[in-house]
Amino acid sequence: MTSPLVCVKRVVDATSEVVLTEDGQGVDGRFAGFTTSAHEECAVELAVRIAADGGAATVMTLGDDDAVEQLRAALAVGCAAATHVVADPQAFGPADVAREIAAVVRDHEAAGTPHELVLLGNDAADTGDFQVGIRLAYELGWPVVNGVSSVTVADGDVTAVGAGPDGHETYRLPLPAVVTVLEGGVEPRYPSVPGRMKAKKAPIEERRPTADPVGTSRVRLVLPPPSPSTVQVLGEGPASAPAVVDLFEQLGVLAR
Amino acid sequence: MIVVLVEVTPAGEVVKTSREAMTFARDLAAAGGGVPVDAVVVGRPDDALVGALASCGARRVHALTGPAYDSFSGAAWAAGLMEVRERAGAVVLTAAGTSRGNEVLAHVAARAGLPMAANVVSFSSLSPFTVTRQVVGGAALEEMSLAQRPAIFSLAGHAVEASPAPTAGAGELVVETPDVADADLVARVVSTEEPEPDLSGTLKSARVVVGAGRGAGSADGFDDLLELAELLDASLGVSRVVTSLGWRPHHEQVGQTGSRISPDLYIPCGISGAIQHWAGCSSAKTILAINTDPDAPMVTKATHAVIGDLHEIIPAVNAEIRRRRG
Repeated sequence: MTSPLVCVKRVVDATSEVVLTEDGQGVDGRFAGFTTSAHEECAVELAVRIAADGGAATVMTLGDDDAVEQLRAALAVGCAAATHVVADPQAFGPADVAREIAAVVRDHEAAGTPHELVLLGNDAADTGDFQVGIRLAYELGWPVVNGVSSVTVADGDVTAVGAGPDGHETYRLPLPAVVTVLEGGVEPRYPSVPGRMKAKKAPIEERRPTADPVGTSRVRLVLPPPSPSTVQVLGEGPASAPAVVDLFEQLGVLAR
Repeated sequence: MIVVLVEVTPAGEVVKTSREAMTFARDLAAAGGGVPVDAVVVGRPDDALVGALASCGARRVHALTGPAYDSFSGAAWAAGLMEVRERAGAVVLTAAGTSRGNEVLAHVAARAGLPMAANVVSFSSLSPFTVTRQVVGGAALEEMSLAQRPAIFSLAGHAVEASPAPTAGAGELVVETPDVADADLVARVVSTEEPEPDLSGTLKSARVVVGAGRGAGSADGFDDLLELAELLDASLGVSRVVTSLGWRPHHEQVGQTGSRISPDLYIPCGISGAIQHWAGCSSAKTILAINTDPDAPMVTKATHAVIGDLHEIIPAVNAEIRRRRG
């Protein structure tokens, strides 16, 4: 029986244009769509599969009031409980977030609902810090496996597989452990209608941060300079085929 | 002094992104008044590798050896890196922003209680040390201050072009056998399987990549594209929507959460060019976009473009190639 904790973050959907706030300290949410990052959707899916052995998956986030949407999305696909650390995520640096997750792990253990495994995304889609999971592991004194796409639990051991530089790498270690997930190993399920209904009504544990954040070392955000288009249009439709193949010849990619 | 964690291929060559990190470190060292740059490798390097690192500017090559380094463990690599850093008194610790590089540096940062900046593209000031790094998948840049020492950061792939040092470093080999605690070896790789052929490895190293996005239309819409790939001896790369819809396998995905490619020629067909995809293909030398929408970001950012339906254009291109080859 395994009861993992899976951590998600409400992030801007960067498939649309990103607009910054006037002070350059963040992304202007008024012009953005929000989502859960792909890595974390896969982490949720893995948590739900792992908890199918009779345990229960808990989802948590640190975010503003709107981040409840990301918790309910995870509840709708099979997480059994949700914890919301209500705080302005932009004020929290990676070390702050790790400390808050560790506090949730300790408090849940003290309350008799321990987590032997914490799953996170490998990196947040917005801040891209690549370190919260690892800092969390040091906070808890647990081992950490990073950047894997498949995670299974059996007989108190976690087995995790990911793509390394020289092939598929397997890690096997006893629980408890922290594991950070990359998308690609599992297909996140779609919420069912009863799942969505249940998620709407599910109670969410609300809590405040345990300490004032140290914050980030951010000076400001800037948008990359727009590069003027220098595209050379070779033509339209199939009639452009000779011009395309001329280009291949020029670049020397046609030679056999 | 600057310490660079360098990754090495199984064939004993310096990984390209690590050569970029050495280049960036040299630029930073020069700006700092010519402080030395040392490289750290895992395992005992042969003379050729030490020579290659010297030509990248390494004063010393520290080799982490011992049973703890037989297979990968982020914590063990970090322990070794910290030992080198402490003895040498390094003020900067850096690596390529690969999965290994980011992981090991994050371990170091957590152990030292210091900030870490991932995927840096440039530095703008030495005092206070300020770097610029990619965030939101490259849609925005963050200026970040790294005032504490050592400053810990990884370098985004292709942020600089790798070049040999104008004057080679001495390349003195220092074999290290750090003490590694058992706790640092709990999470270590227990087995590595050879990647299956034709998985993302060939995509990443391909000279030509044919790309396909939503415009392919369905799982059956790839025949002409695959034929073009075969004619050009190219790999097929796809956008995230294609793998999400289950049309093609994930290992063919190009982008922020797929492979980052840098071919001589990339031919994205029916790919609008969302920032996440661009993050994976922007270092292609030449980009020929084929798209029905002349205003698609992929078209405006490309070097060359053809406007129209890939299902009409690609068969015509394939026929033209076959005709010229007789």
